[in-house]
Amino acid sequence: MHKLLTRQPGLKMLLLGNEAIARGGLEAGVAVATTYPGTPSSEISLNFFQISQESELYFEYSTNEKVALEVAAATANSGVRSMCVMKHVGMNVAADALLTLAYVGVKGGLVIVTADDPFMFSSQNEQDNRYYSKLSGLPMLEPSSAQEAKDMMVDAFDLSEQLQLPVIFRTTTRINHSTEIVSLGDLREPKTKGDFKKDPFNYVTVPAVSRNLHAKLLEKLDKAEKISENSEYNIIYGEGDWGIICNGVSCNYVFDAVKDLDIENSVRILRIGFSHPLPRVLIQDFLKTCEKVLIVEEGEPFMEETVKAFAQEEGLTLSIKGKDDALFSRLFEYNPALVRECLAAYFGVDYTPRTGVDLSDIPEIPQRPPSLCAGCSHRATFYSVQKAAKGMETICPTDIGCYTLGFMPPLSTGDFLICMGSSVGTSCGFSKATNKKVISFIGDSTFFHTGIPGLINAVFNNHNFTLVILDNGITAMTGHQPHPGVDMKALNFEGYARVSIEDIVKAVGVKHVSIIRPYRVKKSVDTIKEALMYKGVSVIISQEPCTLFTKALKKPRGKPFFVSEKYKGHRDCINDLACPAFFIKKNRVNIDPVLCSGCSICAQICPEHAILPLKDKAV
Amino acid sequence: MKPTRLILVAVGGQGNLLSSKVIGESALLAGVPVRMSEIHGMAQRGGVVESSIVFGDAKSTIISDGEADVLVGFEPSETLRALNKCNSRTVVISNLARMSPFTVTVGSGIYPDLKNLQSLIRAKTANLIAFNAEVLAREAGNVLSVNMVLLGALIQTGKIPLARETVKEVIKTKTKKAFLESNLKAFELGFSTANSMV
Repeated sequence: MHKLLTRQPGLKMLLLGNEAIARGGLEAGVAVATTYPGTPSSEISLNFFQISQESELYFEYSTNEKVALEVAAATANSGVRSMCVMKHVGMNVAADALLTLAYVGVKGGLVIVTADDPFMFSSQNEQDNRYYSKLSGLPMLEPSSAQEAKDMMVDAFDLSEQLQLPVIFRTTTRINHSTEIVSLGDLREPKTKGDFKKDPFNYVTVPAVSRNLHAKLLEKLDKAEKISENSEYNIIYGEGDWGIICNGVSCNYVFDAVKDLDIENSVRILRIGFSHPLPRVLIQDFLKTCEKVLIVEEGEPFMEETVKAFAQEEGLTLSIKGKDDALFSRLFEYNPALVRECLAAYFGVDYTPRTGVDLSDIPEIPQRPPSLCAGCSHRATFYSVQKAAKGMETICPTDIGCYTLGFMPPLSTGDFLICMGSSVGTSCGFSKATNKKVISFIGDSTFFHTGIPGLINAVFNNHNFTLVILDNGITAMTGHQPHPGVDMKALNFEGYARVSIEDIVKAVGVKHVSIIRPYRVKKSVDTIKEALMYKGVSVIISQEPCTLFTKALKKPRGKPFFVSEKYKGHRDCINDLACPAFFIKKNRVNIDPVLCSGCSICAQICPEHAILPLKDKAV
Repeated sequence: MKPTRLILVAVGGQGNLLSSKVIGESALLAGVPVRMSEIHGMAQRGGVVESSIVFGDAKSTIISDGEADVLVGFEPSETLRALNKCNSRTVVISNLARMSPFTVTVGSGIYPDLKNLQSLIRAKTANLIAFNAEVLAREAGNVLSVNMVLLGALIQTGKIPLARETVKEVIKTKTKKAFLESNLKAFELGFSTANSMV
């Protein structure tokens, strides 16, 4: 049985924040969960996917976040408790649905999890999704720990049903990827079927309907503010004259700093967990009891702006600070020492920062950037494309996935990237505005996610570029989740169909479509050359399963290769491919037989024909 | 309970997350407050994996620069890279088996001299316990048990509030049965090696 289905209320379990969030959903009786995978949210859906195999939970990996939210909007409006999970930038994709769903509201509880990523550990930006609550007019909750995330999720569903609105549940990486001891609650039986009652004058958002619905949303928001005023998640600790307002993980750093600085009797801390709408009266009363106030929030001055506006309404002139050149930055994540220093500086507390070791005489340490795996089919494709495009002036828009790493030398393939699916759309622009050959790259899952509309645009508007679809049969980057092109039967999952990328490409009208097997270098180069010559939109589908996934499935892989005595000192393999299975020993190229997957690319390109398969895999 | 702050750094695939899990489960079993955080920047693709573990009365799950009480490095250059987390009272445990980054293979970086690396760390911190954990892991019967070797050494130092028997109990119940014997042996080898180095 999945550990998150344990029926032992009160049991203490070591849980990752994302596991605690998933458990919270189960304790709230969630019946439907939808997602598009994205770090730092991925483990929530990974657990739901596993749990759905052995419980009544319906879970799906949707093609993108917008679709995921639309599915959940309908199930929730059929009275079934639903959850929609995404990373912060996924919310941008879902935003079109979100902003009008806020007007329509829900019947059964709907909680939308957005996992923000301050410092961009695994994201292209660090946008602060708290603004989505303001933009959409939806209530928002923010936990400060794994335990609270679990408990708060149950309340989020109740709140959603009470207000008949989706609730935004906003986390940051340090909530999602922190592990703590969590005390379990009761599991609630999910109600898996509901009913949808026709009510077009409240559901079909033509202008006349929406004008009423917007007014209704504002009424609901007023109600939400009253709940926020008395929410157990907005609490004041301490009785000092120095005020601190904080949210999310920042609260933990504040509590630790106050203790370390020994100012527990001087401060009064307002912890905000119900952060939209902010509790106006609670905050104004808090400000009135404080000499000065510091706002501790990672990201943008979301609370700060509103708190200052609240102060203005009451004619309060005390010092309120947060984002400031001398205090907190809008950049990156906070940490305990930073918060301690800012508290000491703002409140004038004597404090000598703890000094770390002197790093001035530490030699430069070689970087260890992540790289494409040994035997990764993307490396082979990039190599062949570079060979085929030799002599051409190119622009190579890329996309989001493992293959983004292809922008690093020596493959150096990847010139422009802004978001999921942007490879295709930006190719249209680059080919129009320049005379260079545009070759763009998109992964299979990303193609389904948001690549297809760009391709239709390219065909309709008669653009001129070559799109390479890197089809490795799985969503590799986020931990091998399925997508519509995956052969689910082969993975022993029943009840799925399969959508062919080739069929889609042809169906949207691409006239030049070719398929390559990237492990066959010469043939691939020839095929690519031909596609590059085509005037118009040409598509190359490069098919080879993800080597990491093949390994995880314990499927047979090729025999490892070794560098034989024919070796004369060429280093084309290292210089052109940079496969991590290579290493240099005694000034000679060697191949680590444990890492080598037997893809044979290096053997095919070795000018000395020195790389040969090991006869026996046992090494 | 005064907080104790532990950092584990490793190269993706070295089993750092399993040792964090064993430590967390041990704390749960022993009733020790524990909070952990991990950053795996594309761990499976050869990047660096860092876990921070805070025992005792603290709410933060991460550790600021200069504030680790103990640093365990699964790979010597990664231990050196994490030295920014240490202060003069930090105890450092490091594997000495090198995993050369690819930047070194292609000649865009130079791997630091191991002797120099050790004397630098030793001079700047309270203590360095350094040995080849890979050799011991092999001796235990599984080259992948480097994580258990280092865990054994960590427990031996007594710097974190977990008893040897508690951790062994968790290894028995929470790690894969197939590796149980080698894991326990690796743990003991790490423990006794650290013991002999004091």
